[in-house]
Amino acid sequence: MMTQQSLPTAQRTRTPVDTSTISGWGVDADPKNDPTYPIRDRSKNDVASDTWDRPTQQESAVEILQSIEFVHKPAVFGTTAPPSGISGAMRRAAFRWSESNWLHWLLLMGADRINVVEGVVEDLTHGTLPNIPAEMGARAEWQHNKKGFALKAGVILALVATAAALSRGGRRPQ
Amino acid sequence: MLAMDYRGPYRVRLQNKAMPRIEHPRDAIVRVTRSCICGSDLHLYHGMVPDTRVGTTFGHEFTGIVEEVGEEVTNLKVGDHVMVPFNIACGQCHFCQQGLFGNCHESNPQATAVGGIYGYSHTAGGYQGGQAEYVRVPYADFGPRVIPDWMDPDDAVMLTDVVPTGYQAAEMGGIQKGDTVVVFGAGPVGIMAARCAWLFGAGRVIVIDHLDYRLDFVRLYGPAEVYNYKELDDVVVFMKHTTDGLGADVAIDAVGGDAKGNFLHTLFGNKLKLEAGNPIALHWAINSVKKGGTVSIVGVYGPTGNMVPIGNVVNKGITIRANQASVPRLLPRMIEHVRAGHINPKALITHRVPLADVADAYHIFAAKLDGCIKPVLIPGNA
Repeated sequence: MMTQQSLPTAQRTRTPVDTSTISGWGVDADPKNDPTYPIRDRSKNDVASDTWDRPTQQESAVEILQSIEFVHKPAVFGTTAPPSGISGAMRRAAFRWSESNWLHWLLLMGADRINVVEGVVEDLTHGTLPNIPAEMGARAEWQHNKKGFALKAGVILALVATAAALSRGGRRPQ
Repeated sequence: MLAMDYRGPYRVRLQNKAMPRIEHPRDAIVRVTRSCICGSDLHLYHGMVPDTRVGTTFGHEFTGIVEEVGEEVTNLKVGDHVMVPFNIACGQCHFCQQGLFGNCHESNPQATAVGGIYGYSHTAGGYQGGQAEYVRVPYADFGPRVIPDWMDPDDAVMLTDVVPTGYQAAEMGGIQKGDTVVVFGAGPVGIMAARCAWLFGAGRVIVIDHLDYRLDFVRLYGPAEVYNYKELDDVVVFMKHTTDGLGADVAIDAVGGDAKGNFLHTLFGNKLKLEAGNPIALHWAINSVKKGGTVSIVGVYGPTGNMVPIGNVVNKGITIRANQASVPRLLPRMIEHVRAGHINPKALITHRVPLADVADAYHIFAAKLDGCIKPVLIPGNA
């Protein structure tokens, strides 16, 4: 049993909050709030199928992947970043399985990682060298955490130096 | 137009992108005036949400000026300054009729579990987000609400997610007068959950985190008792002992998968991605709540699985309630609370950053630098 002395200092000195000093205390108190939202409201909807008045269907030439758990295509969707390349092929494959299948998500996570490499390649093919330190907020790190900046810079330099040394060693004549 | 552009885990930049256009009769195009970075954006930023594609613009908390409306949008007009709930909801499907606007069945083809969310991966519909100069707003005749004349725009942008999510965290706890509520996480949502717990009549509010500057903030803002779990031998033992051995009536997980605090969960969940994030906050919530108590989850996890003590949920008879906040349902009440002075949302904003510096803003928020609690991006044309 934890003794009073072993409790943190803040706990030993705790003073209850005077709720009369709190603006709005209890204004939303309601005994009916248990059970509470989210809970099925049978008075508003007790139909089991998609019998609602459906919105107009969005039309799009962009490829939209769809969960196989749907019985119809949702009326509205985003059209950004359609699947393409190797990652796109993996995403298409992922949607052969339901959201309940881990393979679905693992393929998508794998596609995300490959997509990062595709993004760098895309930059390079457009003549852009991605400024990765800037993208990772190096300026903010320098401004607000110089010690962390120096540590990270040191680790990166050490890795580069090690790689360079290993590379030279590998080319040494036998 | 200029927009934030995701390039991979920990990498974002500003990019010129095509202007959004009306793609559906219920769409609107909005010129963004403010856009927050949300704690749940960090799950995307850290590469934890499946189907987060390179080229996506994040941002689901934003306000803006209506620039164009589709032919079926009759409640808004060009020039209206609106706050846009993060839920993309049709307002008429089976789930919207239940008030489950975070679970709309007509806005996300890629997944049935969650409705569409702006800039939150293709798992949430593949929409571009509001960390941009302009954004497409689907179902504009249902979700957006004109900002009242008296309301500060900084308060308005916080009503699009943070305030209703924190409020719903408290609401889902079924808090009754005098209850002891423990909130795990002193991020913006946890802070707001602690504040809103009092509105439901809580008798005692405890917040647990590991960042002293955030604990210091919520200690006064909540107000709340605050504890740094790094100073506790065992969070659950502490919670039992400080509640006469019973546990809290209500435990709120306001952290989600980006939690710290447990080596194995950090390794499996955050680093190796073998779990849908680190669930230690939920683990503590389940074990800290009293038998028959309620665990309310608003922290965001990925769609796969997490190792949590589900056997204790059974043995303790715990009720678990969870959902994405249903913002359109709660907005009217949130506006009343702001007007009455019960909630001061803009007090959480610590950083106002030009959209051009989006990469720095993400890093500051993610690395918890410079006392950051809530950053807001301001486009150059706002």
